[in-house]
Amino acid sequence: MTAQTVSIALAGSGGAGVITAGAMLLEAASRAGWYAYMTRSSGPQIRGGEAAAMMRLSTEPVASHDDCFHLLVAIDWNNVGRFAAELPLSAGSLVVSDPEEGEAPSQIGASGARSVALPMKELAKSIPGGRPNMVALGAIAALIGLPEAPLLEVLQKVLKRKGEEAIQASLDALRAGMAAAKDYPAVPRLPAAETRPGTRWSITGNEAAGLGAIRGGVRFVAAYPITPATDMLEWMAPALAKVGGTLVQAEDELASINQIIGASYGGVPSLTATSGPGLSLMTESIGLAIASETPIVVMNVMRGGPSTGIPTKSEQSDLNIALYGMHGDAPHLVLAPNSVTDCLFTTQWAVHLAEALQTVAIVLSDQAMGQARAVIPRPAEVAFLAKREKPQLAAEQNYQRYAVTASGVSPMAIPGMHGLQYTADGLEHNETGTPSSHVADHTAQLDKRLRKLTAYNYGDHWADVEGEGETAIITWGSSTGPAREALRRYEAGGKRARLVSIRLLSPVQPEKFARALEGVIRALVVEQSHSGQFYRYLRAHYDLPRDVKALHRPGPLPVRPGDVLGELASWS
Amino acid sequence: MDTQTQAARYSAKDYKSAIKPIWCPGCGDFSVLSALTKALAELQLPPGRVAVVSGIGCSSRIPAYTSMYGFHGVHGRALPTAIGLKVARPDLTVLVTGGDGDGLSIGGNHFLHACRRNVDVTYIIMDNQVYGMTKGQASPTTAPDWEGSKLTPEGTGVNPFQPLAIGLAAGANFVARCFTGDPNNVAEIIVEAIRHPGFSLVQVLSPCITFRPEQKDWKRLVRTAPVEFTTDAARAARRLMTDDGFNVGKVLYKGSREPFRPDLGGSGATVADLERQFLR
Ligand SMILES: Cc1ncc(C[n+]2csc(CCOP(=O)(O)OP(=O)(O)O)c2C)c(N)n1
Ligand code: SF4
Repeated sequence: MTAQTVSIALAGSGGAGVITAGAMLLEAASRAGWYAYMTRSSGPQIRGGEAAAMMRLSTEPVASHDDCFHLLVAIDWNNVGRFAAELPLSAGSLVVSDPEEGEAPSQIGASGARSVALPMKELAKSIPGGRPNMVALGAIAALIGLPEAPLLEVLQKVLKRKGEEAIQASLDALRAGMAAAKDYPAVPRLPAAETRPGTRWSITGNEAAGLGAIRGGVRFVAAYPITPATDMLEWMAPALAKVGGTLVQAEDELASINQIIGASYGGVPSLTATSGPGLSLMTESIGLAIASETPIVVMNVMRGGPSTGIPTKSEQSDLNIALYGMHGDAPHLVLAPNSVTDCLFTTQWAVHLAEALQTVAIVLSDQAMGQARAVIPRPAEVAFLAKREKPQLAAEQNYQRYAVTASGVSPMAIPGMHGLQYTADGLEHNETGTPSSHVADHTAQLDKRLRKLTAYNYGDHWADVEGEGETAIITWGSSTGPAREALRRYEAGGKRARLVSIRLLSPVQPEKFARALEGVIRALVVEQSHSGQFYRYLRAHYDLPRDVKALHRPGPLPVRPGDVLGELASWS
Repeated sequence: MDTQTQAARYSAKDYKSAIKPIWCPGCGDFSVLSALTKALAELQLPPGRVAVVSGIGCSSRIPAYTSMYGFHGVHGRALPTAIGLKVARPDLTVLVTGGDGDGLSIGGNHFLHACRRNVDVTYIIMDNQVYGMTKGQASPTTAPDWEGSKLTPEGTGVNPFQPLAIGLAAGANFVARCFTGDPNNVAEIIVEAIRHPGFSLVQVLSPCITFRPEQKDWKRLVRTAPVEFTTDAARAARRLMTDDGFNVGKVLYKGSREPFRPDLGGSGATVADLERQFLR
């Protein structure tokens, strides 16, 4: 069945309640049996300021925005022009705005979209306790075919504490919006869906990553607040306390990373979460964890860089630092989830791998994925749990912490195990752990730290490989959503192509990659970085077909399916 | 717990490793190592339940010279490493060792926040008023007119820190100063520091005979502090403000702040319970 989708943007200034209304819409849609994907955008103000909730509802799971919005509802136009580039419209779109607010900003008008006037403020005023955002929500519901029942359920849940009167007022406002929108020009209406309570999740990427970490076994987190990673930490703090772990707010990222190294040395699977500036501060100690073979997971929720960059917007431009940021030869894992849902799996897998291989796993999520909320099919259980190889107590006579083994992994004693004491060291060391500058020790330890990563069997999880044909789209992270949708549309047009979305960025998997690309004669690389970091990474480590195009551009605008499709189409 | 190790009597040498220190003959750090092992023998702590954490510097080499669990991390970050370990593993005894450069310069911010956080660890800072490992540069405790470094041939011109005053102001729960010339006293103070709950700060004057040979005179300059410890932070602070840095051998301050120790007991919830909030 082909998905039917509708894309809606709800915009307004601070206090207009667009984010609240957006969240209610998503919640009601999930109760109506639809899937959803929602991101939000806000101005630079710390509190208040203009905001937009951008949403796509669908009869099938969705992991990306569409090319344009079918419907833009603006409660007011104050500064909404700032988002114009993030709110693409077409001539078929419908713009609903309040006549009191005057003309739409020129960028919006220039799209040629149809427009109608909805006196949201006036209608709200006629209802005691009514609010314009509820009128807007009612209009949206009527236009897209969302029934009243799930909306009422959500109202009752959200306004429970405010009492019956507040619920009634909001319901009246909703109905006023619905009535007014009855004769508006059409936007896509979604068909009624089967509702099966208990089969869906509503979750953000950051929450999914936090849950994945806890599922994997993480019980200690230390971190310093930074957008857009903070909400992952805010979700984890109470969650960890419930399951017998803890989260420490450290004095800075240097402290965060070293605290988790200390905790992990103590045998407790540990994680920190940060964004680019914090990752930069952590790099020396990431090297320490690699050299001392102390497993840790570093979640980096990418934002626009360099420097403080664009804190609230997404970009895939920390690939280089994650791969190459460490001094010395410092092999480690770099993984990237490629959807909100996958934040759960990939983070859990990262915990498992870091613990099994006694190394650092850097997980690259990004603002778009981390802060997006999606209604998704209930995710499967994942078998990957933290499991660190420990020495057998009695068997060890002269315990060698850094013993050179065939796998490269050396059993790791945990403080409290009597008779197996050792000193973990970031200085190069021999097998016992004693500092050494001998070439033989250096080479042996470098070899084992690399070997344990390269010899490991990562199975099929290294990438998502889909489709067939001579054309391939190669991508990673949050660019996968639009790339995958472009592939579907390409296939719907009777053409064939494949998608390779790399989840395990380091260590590289050249043989698996070659197999995935067998028979491919041309490849389109898709990423969100100005300099083409991913493209250069592919060039450096993999054999690519001769005909390669790279669609790489910086944030904050998301890659849209149509952009990818356009590149594919221009080839044929 | 291991009953065999419980029954055994540990002597100081049971806490030493076979590794020969890289230190210069006569370095004060030798006394700290031996005092530390004596202190642990006094406490009879099983070596497998003690962790010694350090950063980088001559003094930071201590962990490998002991028979306990050791973590020799990066320069300046011993305190957060130790704090992470102790918070995650409150059952362990955690000691932190290092120099004035490691703890007060590159690690200065962690020093402040470790005092403030008051996790139950003991921090032994070996103050030689110089960076020994990098061959003799000025540290935050070096006098402004010290001209012994090629990096600052005219002296730094910058006033030194008073680590104990800063530690006290930042919230350290136990403050003491001692001198390597009297290793038995250093051992006694370390014993008290470990026993006292919360963040215990021990400044050990530990001469660098190679880059600060004039510190050989310390044995003539130091004097046993004239008064016993106080539990009044304001009084301890007043003493430190008029102190020339050579009052040694006594605990200066013992506080009673509750140590930072998050409850790791959980609420009995399972991961499945956490997932329920997402279900629709
Ligand atoms: C990030 C970093 N910067 C600089 C150094 C070089 N370094 C090593 S030890 C040290 C100073 C050590 O002085 P201190 O902590 O007083 O210890 P001491 O050697 O005197 O015992 C410096 C600057 C380093 N290892 N790492
Ligand atoms: S350089 Fe100074 S501090 Fe370092 S070992 Fe020699 S005497 Fe000790």
